[in-house]
Order: sequence, then C-alpha cells, then structure tokens
Amino acid sequence: MAPPPEHRRPIKRAAISDQQRRREVALRLQADRRSDAQNRARQLASSVLSLGHEPETEPEVEQEQEMSDASGQLSGRTDLDPVRAARLRGPEVRRWFARQLMLPEWMVDVPPLLDRDWYVFPRPSGKRCFVVSSNGTTISRLRNGSILHRFPSNLPNGARTKDVSGPASSYSILDCIFHEPDETYYVIDMVCWRGYSLYDCTAEFRFFWLNSKLSETGASDPPSQYHRYRFNVVQIYECNLAGLQASYSGQVPYVKDGLLFFNKHAHYQAGNTPLALVWKDNVCSQYVLDTDSKGQIPSQQQVVLELQNDGNLTTFDDPPVALGSLSRDLIAQSGLQVGNLVRVAIRDDSVRLVDGKLDLGELQLVGKTNHSRAFADTYSKVLFQHAARHAPLRIEDLVASIQSNSSMDNSQASDVEMEG
Amino acid sequence: MAMEITQALLAAQSPDGQVRTAAESNLKQFQEQNLPHFLLSLSAELANEQKPPESRRLAGILLKNSLDAKDSFRKEQLTKQWVAVDPTIKSQIKEALLTTLASPVSDARSTASQVIAKVASIEIARKEWQDLIGKLLANMTTKETPASLKQATLQSLGYVCEEVSPSDLEQDQVNAVLTAVVQGMNQAEHGFEVRLAAIRALYNALDFAQTNFENEMERNYIMKVVCETAVSKEPEIRQAAFECLVSVASIYYGVLEPYMQTLFNLTANAIRGDEEQVALQAIEFWSTVCDEEIAIQEECAGTDEGNSVLHFRFVEKALHVLVPVLLETLLKQEEDQDQDDGTWNLSMAGGTCLGLVARTVGDAVVPLVMPFVQANITKSDWRSHEAATFAFGSILEGPSVEKLAPMVHNGLDFLLSAMKDPSSHVRDTTAWTLSRIFEILHSPSGTIIDQSNLPKIMTVLLESIRDVPNVAEKVCGAIYFLAQGYEDAGSASSVLTPYLGNIITALLSTADRADASSNRLCSSAYETLNEVVRCSSIPENTNMIGQLLHEILKRLGQTMEMEIVSTDDKERQSNLQALLCGVIQVITQTLNGSEESLPVILQSADQMMVMFLRVFACHSSTVHEEAMLAIGALAYTTGQEFAKYMPEFYKYLERGLQNFEEYQVCSISVGVVGDICRAMDDKVLPYCDGIMSVLLKDLSNAVLHRSVKPPIFSCFGDIALAIGEHFEKYVPYVIPMLQGAAELSTQIECTDEDTEEYVNQLRRGIFEAYSGILQGFKNAKADLMLPHAGHLLQFTEAVFKDKNRDEGVTKAAVAMLGDLADALGPNLKLLFRDCTFHAEFLGECFQSDDDQLRETATWTQGMIRRVLVS
Repeated sequence: MAPPPEHRRPIKRAAISDQQRRREVALRLQADRRSDAQNRARQLASSVLSLGHEPETEPEVEQEQEMSDASGQLSGRTDLDPVRAARLRGPEVRRWFARQLMLPEWMVDVPPLLDRDWYVFPRPSGKRCFVVSSNGTTISRLRNGSILHRFPSNLPNGARTKDVSGPASSYSILDCIFHEPDETYYVIDMVCWRGYSLYDCTAEFRFFWLNSKLSETGASDPPSQYHRYRFNVVQIYECNLAGLQASYSGQVPYVKDGLLFFNKHAHYQAGNTPLALVWKDNVCSQYVLDTDSKGQIPSQQQVVLELQNDGNLTTFDDPPVALGSLSRDLIAQSGLQVGNLVRVAIRDDSVRLVDGKLDLGELQLVGKTNHSRAFADTYSKVLFQHAARHAPLRIEDLVASIQSNSSMDNSQASDVEMEG
Repeated sequence: MAMEITQALLAAQSPDGQVRTAAESNLKQFQEQNLPHFLLSLSAELANEQKPPESRRLAGILLKNSLDAKDSFRKEQLTKQWVAVDPTIKSQIKEALLTTLASPVSDARSTASQVIAKVASIEIARKEWQDLIGKLLANMTTKETPASLKQATLQSLGYVCEEVSPSDLEQDQVNAVLTAVVQGMNQAEHGFEVRLAAIRALYNALDFAQTNFENEMERNYIMKVVCETAVSKEPEIRQAAFECLVSVASIYYGVLEPYMQTLFNLTANAIRGDEEQVALQAIEFWSTVCDEEIAIQEECAGTDEGNSVLHFRFVEKALHVLVPVLLETLLKQEEDQDQDDGTWNLSMAGGTCLGLVARTVGDAVVPLVMPFVQANITKSDWRSHEAATFAFGSILEGPSVEKLAPMVHNGLDFLLSAMKDPSSHVRDTTAWTLSRIFEILHSPSGTIIDQSNLPKIMTVLLESIRDVPNVAEKVCGAIYFLAQGYEDAGSASSVLTPYLGNIITALLSTADRADASSNRLCSSAYETLNEVVRCSSIPENTNMIGQLLHEILKRLGQTMEMEIVSTDDKERQSNLQALLCGVIQVITQTLNGSEESLPVILQSADQMMVMFLRVFACHSSTVHEEAMLAIGALAYTTGQEFAKYMPEFYKYLERGLQNFEEYQVCSISVGVVGDICRAMDDKVLPYCDGIMSVLLKDLSNAVLHRSVKPPIFSCFGDIALAIGEHFEKYVPYVIPMLQGAAELSTQIECTDEDTEEYVNQLRRGIFEAYSGILQGFKNAKADLMLPHAGHLLQFTEAVFKDKNRDEGVTKAAVAMLGDLADALGPNLKLLFRDCTFHAEFLGECFQSDDDQLRETATWTQGMIRRVLVS
C-alpha cells in the first residue's frame, strides 16, 4: 500500500499531536511571562514618570501629543497596570500602590461652592483598599501594598467562572473600604472597568458608571462559593443641605467613619488631592482624634513624620512639608535612620499658625512607628487633628457654608438679570 | 591514478561482520588519506564494465555520499571538499560518470545518473560544468543512441532538474531540456523505459518551465503531450503523467482554464475506472486544485480586492459531477484499512478530497452529499453504512454551522447507536465522525450538545472506549474534542464535572490496556487526559485533579521498575515517561491558575522533582524533553523555592543545553533557563557562569539548528533581568554576539518565508536581550550600555525600515527603545534628537489594532519625551 503524497494528510489522521501542542503552549507561556517580567520593570518606571517629574509644557510635548490623540481612546497614562503590579514584590509594591490610590485631604476649610461642585457620602469604617479583578481572581490590597484578601468574586473576570463579555486578562479596579462587621466591600470609587480606564473621567461620570456597571455583574449578591465577599455601593448625595443631612445623620448599614466629599469635576488623581476631602466629628465617627500605637487617645497630639537626611521631619505630601527637626545627637542616640517614620508629640502651647502655615514648635520624640505603618501623616491631617483638639470645624460650619452659597447664587442670578 | 578497490568494496558487503568491518575501515582510511584519488577510484570502478555489479553499485553509493548529506552542515563540508579537488581529477570523474550512462548494466546507469545530479547541484550553481546539459542532450539527438542510454540520459536530466535551482539554468538550456524530454514521451518513437524516464524527467523540469508556460503555444503543446501520456497503455506511465498534472495544477493554476474540460474528463475516468495508483493521482489532482482555491480564498478574505488574484472556482464549477465521482470512491474500502492511520487507498483519498471540496465551496456541497448519506447509512452491508458515515464526517468542515447543525442534531442519536454496529469499520468511522462533530461544531454556546443529550453521549463514549484499539483511539479523540469545546468556557466547563471521575478512570484504564501496547492507543488516552485536565473546571475539581496527579506520579515511579532488555523496551519506557511527564506538566499549568488549587502543586513539588530527576537519571545519554518541559512549568509555580532543586537539577539542565544534536531538547532547555530565572531571580546567580558559557558555546556552534539561536538571545535578557548588575561580566562576550547577529540579520537575503520568519525571530531575540540587559542595569550600571546606544538606534532604524518586519519584532523593538531611554536617560538626548525615525515608528504603532502594542508605544513615547525635555 502506497503512502499518501508528501503534503497530503489523510482526513482521518489527527492534525496535530498533543505533544506538539504542549510544546507550543510551553513556548507561548514562556514568551508571555518574559514580556510580563520585562513589562513589570517598565510599569514601575512609568509610575515614577507619573509622579510629576515631567514638565507640563514643552514644544516637543505638544507635537507628540497629537500622535497620541490619533491613537483613539488610548489615554496618555500607562502607569496603570495593576495586574502586573499585583505581581510586584517587597517595597516596590507598596510604593506602587501608594501612588495609585487617591488620598483625600482632611478638610480644614470649607471649600467654596460645596453644594454645586461636590458630592458627599458617609464614609464606611474599615480598611481602605484597591480591589483588582482579573484572570479569574480578585485581589484586594491595602494602602501599604499588602494583600488583604485573594478570593473569587462576581466582578468581571473575578472568578474562574463563565464570563464571555471580554478577554480574561482585562481587569477592573475598584477603590473600596472593607467593612469587617458585615464582611462587605463598600465601593467608593471605580478606577477601571473591564480594561477601560476611568482615571481621566470626572467623579460625576465615575459614580454614574459605578452605579450602572456594578449592578450588572451580581457583585452585590450575597456571598456564595464563587463570590466570597459582597460588594455594595455607597449612597452618594449631592452636597446640598438635604444631602449633607442624610449623610451626617441618616441610617446606613455600616459603621460610619466621617464624611467624604468628592469634587464632581475632578479626575481620579493618584496621591493626595484637595479635590477629595474627609471630615469627621464625634457624631459621625468614633475616631475623630488619632490614637497612639496602643490605641489610646494621648493627652497631647501625636504626629507621624518621616526623618530626612538633614534631620528634618516631613509630612507625606508632594512635596513633603518639614514640620520640625531632630538633632543629630538625638537621632544617633535613638538609633534612627533616614527614612524612618517617627512618632512625635506636640506641646500644644508651642504650636503657632504663621501666615496660615503650621509651626509645631518643640517636638518630643515618642518613638519609631510599628512596621505596618507605611506613610507619614499628611499636612492636612496634622492641621485637622490640631483643629479637632482646639477649634474644630463643626457640622454647623458646613451647613452655614452651603446656606451662604445658595444665597450668593441668588444674588448673582439677580445681578445678571439687572445688567441685562 | 585510480586505485584498485574492488576487493575492499566487495568485502564491505560481506555477511561476515569481521570482514566487513575491516573493509569498511580500509575504505575509510583511504578516503581520509587521499580523498581525490578515493573519489577517482570509485568513479573508475563504477564505469568499469569488467567489474561485478555489486562493487560498482557500492562505489556509486559511496561517491554519492561523498557529495551530499541530509544534514546541512555536513553537506556544506562535502561541497567544500569537492570544490577543493584538483580540476583534472574532477573532470576525469565526471567523464567516467557520463560514460557509465551508456552501460548495459541498468543498476550502474541509474547510480551514475544520480551521482551526475549531485555533482551538478554543486557545480552548476558555481557556473561550472556548463557543458553538462549539452553533452546529455547530444545523447538524445544522435540517431544511433541505444534506448538504454536515452533512458539513463533522461533520468539524469530529471535528477539534475531536481537538484539544481531554476535560476541557475539559462533559458535556452531549459528549452532544450524540455524539447528533449517532450520528444522522449513520443509513443510512436520510443519504448516503455524511455517514455517513463521522459515523463518522470518532465515532472522535475516543470519548475523550470515558467517561461514556457507563459507562452500559449508552448504551453498548449506541453499540456497536449502530458494529456496524451495520461492515457498511455502502461499504468506506470499514466501514473507519472497524472503526477505531472498534479504538479501543474499546483505551480500553474493560473493558466489551467482552457484545459479544465479535458482534465476533468481525464481525471473522472481515471478515478472511476483506472488502476488504483493512477486513480489516486487523479484524485490528488482535485485535492491540489482545492488547496490552491482554499489558499486564494484565504488570501482574499478580508480584502476587497478579490479580483486581483485569479480565482477560477474550478471546484465550484465541477461540483455537480465531481462530488458523485468522489462519493463512488468511498465505497471502495479495504478490509484492513483501519489498522493503520497512514492508510492511503481510494476510499481514504476520496474522503480526504471530499473534505477539501467542502472547505473550498462550503454550503454548496451539502445537498450533493446528503442524498448519498441518507440512501446508504441505513443499509445493512458495512461498506454502504461506513461510506455514508465517512461522507458525512468529511463535509463537516467548511459549510456553515447553520447549515450543518440541524442535520447533526437529527443524526446524532443514529450515530450514537451506530457505535454498537457489528462492523468495526462502521464503529471506527462513526467514532471519528463524532469527534469531528465535537471538534468543529461544538462550543459552550452552541446547540449541538446540551443537558438533554450529554448523558447519553457520555454513556456511549465511556462504553465504546473499551472497543477494539482502533475504535477506542477514535473514541479518545471524541472525548478530547468534547472536552476542548468547554476550554476557556469558565463555569460552563463544570457541565463535565459530574462525568469527570468516570472519564479519568476510563482513560487511565484505556492507557493500561494490554492491547494498547501498540502505543498509539496508550498515547491517545494520555493525551486525551491532558485535554480533559485543561478543561476541567478549577477550583471545583481541584481534589480530583490532585488525586490524578498522585496516580500519575505513581505510574511514573513504576516506569523506573520496568524490565529493560532490548532497545525496544528502552524506547517503550521512554515513551511512557514522556506521556506521563506531559500529563504532569498539564496538571501543573492547570492548577497554578487558581489560588485555591495552587497548594496542591506546591505540596507535591518535592515528589514531582524527585521523579523528574529519576527520569533524567535513567537515560544516560540524552535529556528527556518532556521532563524538561514539566520542570519549566514547576519552576514557574514554585518561584524562589525552586532554588533548593537547583544543585541536583543543574547537571541535567547543562546537559540539555549542550545537546545540539537534538535541537528541540536544546531549545526547550533554553526556555527552562528563562523559567528558572523568572522563578529564582538573583538566586540563579551561582549557576549563571555555567549557563552563560554553555549558551555562548551554543551560539558559536555551526552545527546547532538555527532555530535555537533566537531563544538563546532572549534568554540572555531573562538572565540579565534576573541578576541585574551582576550581568556586567558577561557584557564583553554578549554584546559582540548581539551586534554580530544584528549585522547578520540585515545581510541575510530573504528569499522565502522561512528565512523571513527566521530573521524576524532573530531580531526579536536580540531586542529582548537588550531589553533585559538595559532593565537589569538600570539602577546601577546603565552607563555600561552607553557606548552601544548609537549602534542600537541604527539597528532599530534598519529594522523599522524593513518591509518584512512582523508584529512581534515591532513590539520588541518599541519596548527596547523605551528601555533604552529609560535606562540611559538624559545621556541620549542628542542621539534621540538626531535620529528622528522614532516618531514615525511610534506613529505607526499607534495605528495598530493591538492594544498591547499601543500601550507599549505610549510608554516608550513618554520615556523618550522625558529624555528630550531633560
């Protein structure tokens, strides 16, 4: 019996062997992992890039900006790949995540036009984290980069279950607070959905998207085998009197920890931003005053600052603000090193506000902070804490600000009419 | 002077082993001491009519083996040796060869014609032996030439055409060859042997006839003669004529139209009534026309310029007559055809052709085939039933799902019940048809398989897997594709979960069957197991797959206890170990995809590694490819933990990297180095000196298959990324290699797709190497790369301008540009200012449909921008 002609495969003979397939799969995986590994290095670099070392206006920039626009919906930023970032290790991961979360400043002044440009909602008490779902897993990471949970969920590609609506590698990122008592993730912002980046979208759009998209997935369903934790959206209000009232004293299914204010027009901006604000008092939070490392409220205000090589103690701001310094002797004596986070106590009587700038005066070293602490306090926090002890911003102040806004609106409106 | 070597040549064929070995070593000694005279003596022996045919034959073979070898490196050496031989000796040898063509001994003539072609393949490309064609043609034009010399001459011309590249012959030489060959086919003038040699020579000369086929008159003439030859009285000649027609259909599809009516009649008659070997070639003609039209359709798909390529739709036009002819062949089965999957007979060729017809014309084939299926499938004789099933199975690829789904739906129950047919032929083809249905039409969203028929399908398959080996093998195929339909289907794959235990048990016992020893069934069972594992829903089936892992490890352990007496035993052991390592590899890859199942692998990692090392240890010379692949998967899973296995594993890794003879083993070992680097990071450092030196040696090894070289470059990048600044000491060796390869890649002439692809792979490897090195040095030693930046930009620009650049190279090049800017920063400001191609290059990338490429390009743009404004 003659064999078939050279290039002719008999139809009943299998087209490829599984061994060949295994070989090809292995090669493909290796290639993918190589590009992952190399991209990991690149993404880190690009998150450094996004920290603002880049001058905003330069002739070259404009010319190249056009090219980038030509690429369609692709936005200018690429420092966003938490899937790869999720595989980072050690201190790099902490730095990466610290740069990705939007960190509200503490409200020390009431911003103007609160009722027109802002949202408000009661902040759930719990752990702030980034939740990333991709490739069949959901991972939540705390602000310091450590993993809180790794679990299956109904988020897109959040579990190894049927999801035909997009590639398994496309990821979604939610900004959440994990609320221990009912083991629920309260979603306070949406950063990325099915690979579509919402970084450059306004809060208004992000909240709209969050509310319409999350409900499509069943992420708010009660926990089940492939959905370990429930995701709930937080009710968000326009920051008018009614909204503020509802947020402040309304019933919510979770333990409140202050109020969050979001500027409607602000993009999701990594790092500290004055376009998101946190405010609290004793009515809407159990934790108005900071506790020390033992969980007690100290008699004197304590502040966590980072030691710089010139002995200055700085806040976690960009750029950092120096609030005091330690002497070389004291540094040597206490075995401190540059970069250490130190807890210092403030003598109330020595604090001064000079030209709106805080001068803490004499600082008393309390000690080093424990390891889980990753960042120093921000300037606005120090200020808020100081105010909370002496002349707090009260809910009445907020109400009054809104009321004056609305009356101003009226007067402006009539002004226009008169001129016309 | 030629030496007397007859005795040695005869002794070298002696049945007495000792005599033989002694003679062989004598001959070898002679060859090594004086190659020119050795060759001369062989040619003299071949030409000498006084010598016994046996010594002449061996002389010819040795001569041929001194000119050509399969291995390309060896071939190159032999060519150089021949070129270096004294010209007077060479011309004596060639003269002797030409003389031998006239020998009355047919064996000597035939050997001589082959040797002539080998010499021609070396010399004609070098513009030497230019009078060869003339001398051969003279044999044909002389009236008194005996038929035997004409036959040998035509044979030589054919072989020469086979060996020589078309560009190396002058057109007038081609014309003369074709004229001689076509005249040789003249039935009135020549006997059987001359005509057979002529038509076979024409087959080889077709590639040369480009110009002649463009000329209508010449083409008409050649086609007329071939068609006449296709109805010669001798079947061998008819067969050779149809082989020519097959070749014409493939090379000259564009000019076939005027001849198609004639060709259709010729082939249809041959398929219906001629002897099997002729009919098979006639079927092959249509299969080839299908190949051409499928390729044209694929080329046109997605473009509007369908008219720019000649597409005559011959198959569609002939469909109504062609399909019935093919269906008839399906009834011409042989009794034992299912025993060998290489079987090639009328039924198999007919079914294969019908499958191609279906792929060519799609839906149109269905109404022409279904009446045949319906009329025959319920007949009680096995031939009708099998042929009907085969016809149905053959047309499943090509027509639309909408067209096929209703028929498959209606027929599925019948097919399932046919798995109990008394005829094993029917069961074999039915099982194959089921596997085709699952392969082509079944998907989680499809309607072919649902909860209502899945239980019955599973019952039938799990019963039939116990059928005779050839049927069981097809059933394995059906299970394979049934599972594959649920691959990447997420939770839909849990549809199989209730059956998973039984499927795994059935496949394991199938692999154990005594009659699976032919090995094909055994390997089908394990390979099907792989697919079942890949498609099992994880994490819900984690425990079951974990148990399977233990069973497979146990079986792998048992292979070490196998009794090994013969080389066959050894091969059986090795094959079985390969299959089992394959299953372990697949289990590892499947379980490491989920957090819940990952611990199962980590818990067994020690045991797995011990097994792999034992597999390596029981093969002294070579490294086991499948075990290597499995280790790569394990290293990725265990991460840094892998460091504890390295001291034991390293020697095998090194052995694998050194195995340049089996290049696939080498290539896989190179890949595993990458896996290990990514798993261990800088913990791989102690092994890097060893690994790097073997890799560098591999690169300078002329014998190593070229396909391994690009991955070695990529691997440099993996190592550099893992060990960072410690890569510094390799820079003086690696950079020149990379530069040399970059240079080479711009010099290679891309004459064919393979070379084109190779150049792309090479460049991708080079870019990946630079990326890894730049990233690895970024924080500490970036300046080391500063002297190379200019070269790198030049090379990247050259690659950018290359039309044949593929997407993989583009990605790697753009990423490397970003790495370069990132690592070297402001130092490159002037370079990036002066060389502006990067803007254009990035602009091109932004137009791409590939998200990843656009993302990388955006990043690179940011990096370059930062340098430019620094």
